[in-house]
Amino acid sequence: MVQVSRHDIVIVGGGGAGLRAAIAAAEANPKASIALVSKVYPMRSHTVSAEGGAAAVARDDDNFELHGFDTVKGSDFIGDQNVIEYFVEQAPKELALLENWGCPWSREEDGTVSTRAFGGMTIKRTWFATDKVGFHMLHSLFQQSMRYENIVRYDEFFVTKLLTENGACKGVAALEIRTGDYHAILGRAVILATGGAGKVFPFTTNGAIKTGDGMALAYREGVALKDMEFVQYHPTGLPGTGILITEASRGEGGYLRNKDGDRFLVDYDYGVGKKAELGPRDMISRAIIQEFEAGRGIDDEHGLHASLDLTHLGEAHIMAKLPFVRELARTYVGVDPVHQHIPIRPVVHYMMGGVDTNIRAETDMPGLYAAGEVACGSLNGANRLGSNSLTECLVFGNSAGVHSLEYASGTNEGNEASLRAQAEEEAARVDSLRGSKQGDEKIADLRVEMNRVMEAGCGVYREQETMKIAEKGMHEIRKRASSLHLQDSSKVFNTELVAALELMNMVEVAETLAVSAAHRKESRGAHTCRDFPHRDDQEYLYHTMAYRTEDGPRLDRKDVALGHWEPQERKY
Amino acid sequence: MSEGKKTIKLEITRFDPDVDEVPKTEEYEVPTEPGWKVLDAVNYVKDHLDPSLSHRWSCRMAVCGSCGMMVNGEPKLTCKTSLDEYGDSIKVEPLANFPIVRDLVVEIDGFMDKFKSVKPWIIRAKERAEDMENLNERGTYSQSPDELSAFKQFSMCINCLLCYSACPVVANEPEFIGPAAIALGHRYNTDSRDEGAAERNEVFRGEGTVFSCSFANECSEVCPKNVDPASAVNQAKLGAVVDWAKGLILPRGGA
Repeated sequence: MVQVSRHDIVIVGGGGAGLRAAIAAAEANPKASIALVSKVYPMRSHTVSAEGGAAAVARDDDNFELHGFDTVKGSDFIGDQNVIEYFVEQAPKELALLENWGCPWSREEDGTVSTRAFGGMTIKRTWFATDKVGFHMLHSLFQQSMRYENIVRYDEFFVTKLLTENGACKGVAALEIRTGDYHAILGRAVILATGGAGKVFPFTTNGAIKTGDGMALAYREGVALKDMEFVQYHPTGLPGTGILITEASRGEGGYLRNKDGDRFLVDYDYGVGKKAELGPRDMISRAIIQEFEAGRGIDDEHGLHASLDLTHLGEAHIMAKLPFVRELARTYVGVDPVHQHIPIRPVVHYMMGGVDTNIRAETDMPGLYAAGEVACGSLNGANRLGSNSLTECLVFGNSAGVHSLEYASGTNEGNEASLRAQAEEEAARVDSLRGSKQGDEKIADLRVEMNRVMEAGCGVYREQETMKIAEKGMHEIRKRASSLHLQDSSKVFNTELVAALELMNMVEVAETLAVSAAHRKESRGAHTCRDFPHRDDQEYLYHTMAYRTEDGPRLDRKDVALGHWEPQERKY
Repeated sequence: MSEGKKTIKLEITRFDPDVDEVPKTEEYEVPTEPGWKVLDAVNYVKDHLDPSLSHRWSCRMAVCGSCGMMVNGEPKLTCKTSLDEYGDSIKVEPLANFPIVRDLVVEIDGFMDKFKSVKPWIIRAKERAEDMENLNERGTYSQSPDELSAFKQFSMCINCLLCYSACPVVANEPEFIGPAAIALGHRYNTDSRDEGAAERNEVFRGEGTVFSCSFANECSEVCPKNVDPASAVNQAKLGAVVDWAKGLILPRGGA
């Protein structure tokens, strides 16, 4: 039997964006009931792993125009300029609120908040709490959220379906992981805040929970996934694990070196100019791969890699600004950055694409909102600037919370019997999957195959031929994912069942990624085609929209919102 | 780096309340890679030997706090604990002092309630809208680096709960609010932006809180983030007493 509960707003995901949305809605109307549904306890959300900082204008020599232009240029001119303008204007207020809520931002002697340099940013505007910014933001938000009695948490509930009525979203169906029971959590509006989908790739900074759940939920209901071809490779991940070494390492003065010990970003022309190590992520990741191809990579027990040199910063500076980097390097590659270079290589980090949204965090489906990495409001375009994404969670989490509440007050709560019936049907589907011996595909093996296909086809450098192979490969893997072989028939905390559902989400998302990538025959931002090495504004200055069909994604296009920043050659 | 590949024996607690009356132990042979952590070996079992094994994990970089387990009888963050620290046979059990939900998954509802009971948020005498005189032009409170460092360490807790597993008081007195919750309350009490210490000290003077601590120091020894909850508890005791003494002289803590 499905258990039914009713709220005004249902938020899926308890990371930075979900918590911010919950607090915004709870404050806007203390009488509104806000459900916060997450497959993990909120403090486990992947926001916790963000390290370097959050961007917002904070100094007298900075302004919105500069932050805006840096972001547009970083996006390779495919970010929506109205969204970017809104974002940079809202950003300082949001980070100040976090301060008021206890976030331990690092400080100057005069008591003001410190800022640091970051890639692609012309001014120091990245607020930081040493190098555990995501952790501190997440915990500050989570702890703050506990004051609001009208935020009702559903911890370790896995949402598997959106419930709809006449094309509008009216709630979610969720598996209570601990008991195996099914719930219809009804609301007049639903906000997706489930994060990205890095786990479709084998080598990623992302935690195990980043499986594209919210993207798949929306996509199955006919909402477009936008700009999925743009995948950010972070230049500095630890070999083997993919653990993130923050860009703040370079913001604080670190160098990237090749096997000859040369600062290749200075010695060779990779388009980053004087910015060198503070160039944008897409360009630096490409530079590292080119160093490998030129035979200047380092090949040892860590595999092929380049190195990050912090030794000249000194122990005191590293301990004051980058203590977590030191802890990670020591623990996971056995290197002390005070004395040794850290082995690094480009690693999948962030999805610029996601559920198509606008400035109000609305999707095309009435009552459905999205914020944070799951969404593509087109802030980031073809390449996100480091430290814009934590702020994005706050700005658009707030937008989603406020606007969904406005919408909810003017719409009906839906027909409970019909919504319950949809949840019953979903419960039956998932029940039949639990312990199902129908198919013969193993979850772990199929996941590895998906990872292999995606890495081969949609890496830092792409080619038509390999992308087409990935497209075909993902199409087949998606089909195969409907015949999984499961062995665990227990109802209690069945993580095999959850893994199966997550895999089914990932294959949908990965297929849109491969298809969208093969379609874009140009190089823009993070999408770099060897056979089409130039940006082509004549043909491709638009957003890619992927709609679900049984046979695979159907692609469409959407105009980019241009503005007063004219597209120009992207050189630093 | 560590030595080459070797196969180890992993003994893992298994418990499915639908089937088992009491937890049992299963043995697995795990071929390991150099550099692996205990979590990698547990994940190997899940992926290749027995997909019905249940455990929590996510970030695998020692910051999400999900993967705490008992490793050879000690509470450990398994993503941070190298296999090299152990021999060819390792015993992995669910965190002690918590009810088991299934296999290596424990129930933490009690902790979540304790966590909230210390009011882990900034409390100001005035609402933000009336507090503008204390905010600068950027909308932030002033806080010096020294004021920040007074509480920073206590804000580093990842809620991994190893300290609850190690704490002898929690073992005997499950209602004890515990090291992480006290450290968190103390974190806000020592934040220069906060004005809620009197409220929290009232919580701290209640039964099963700071004065239940026997100062065994186990919590600080197992903490993977050097939060030093034992020192937070000690400081919190002092704060609660001083506040109480002030209350004897001036009603409402002198505020």
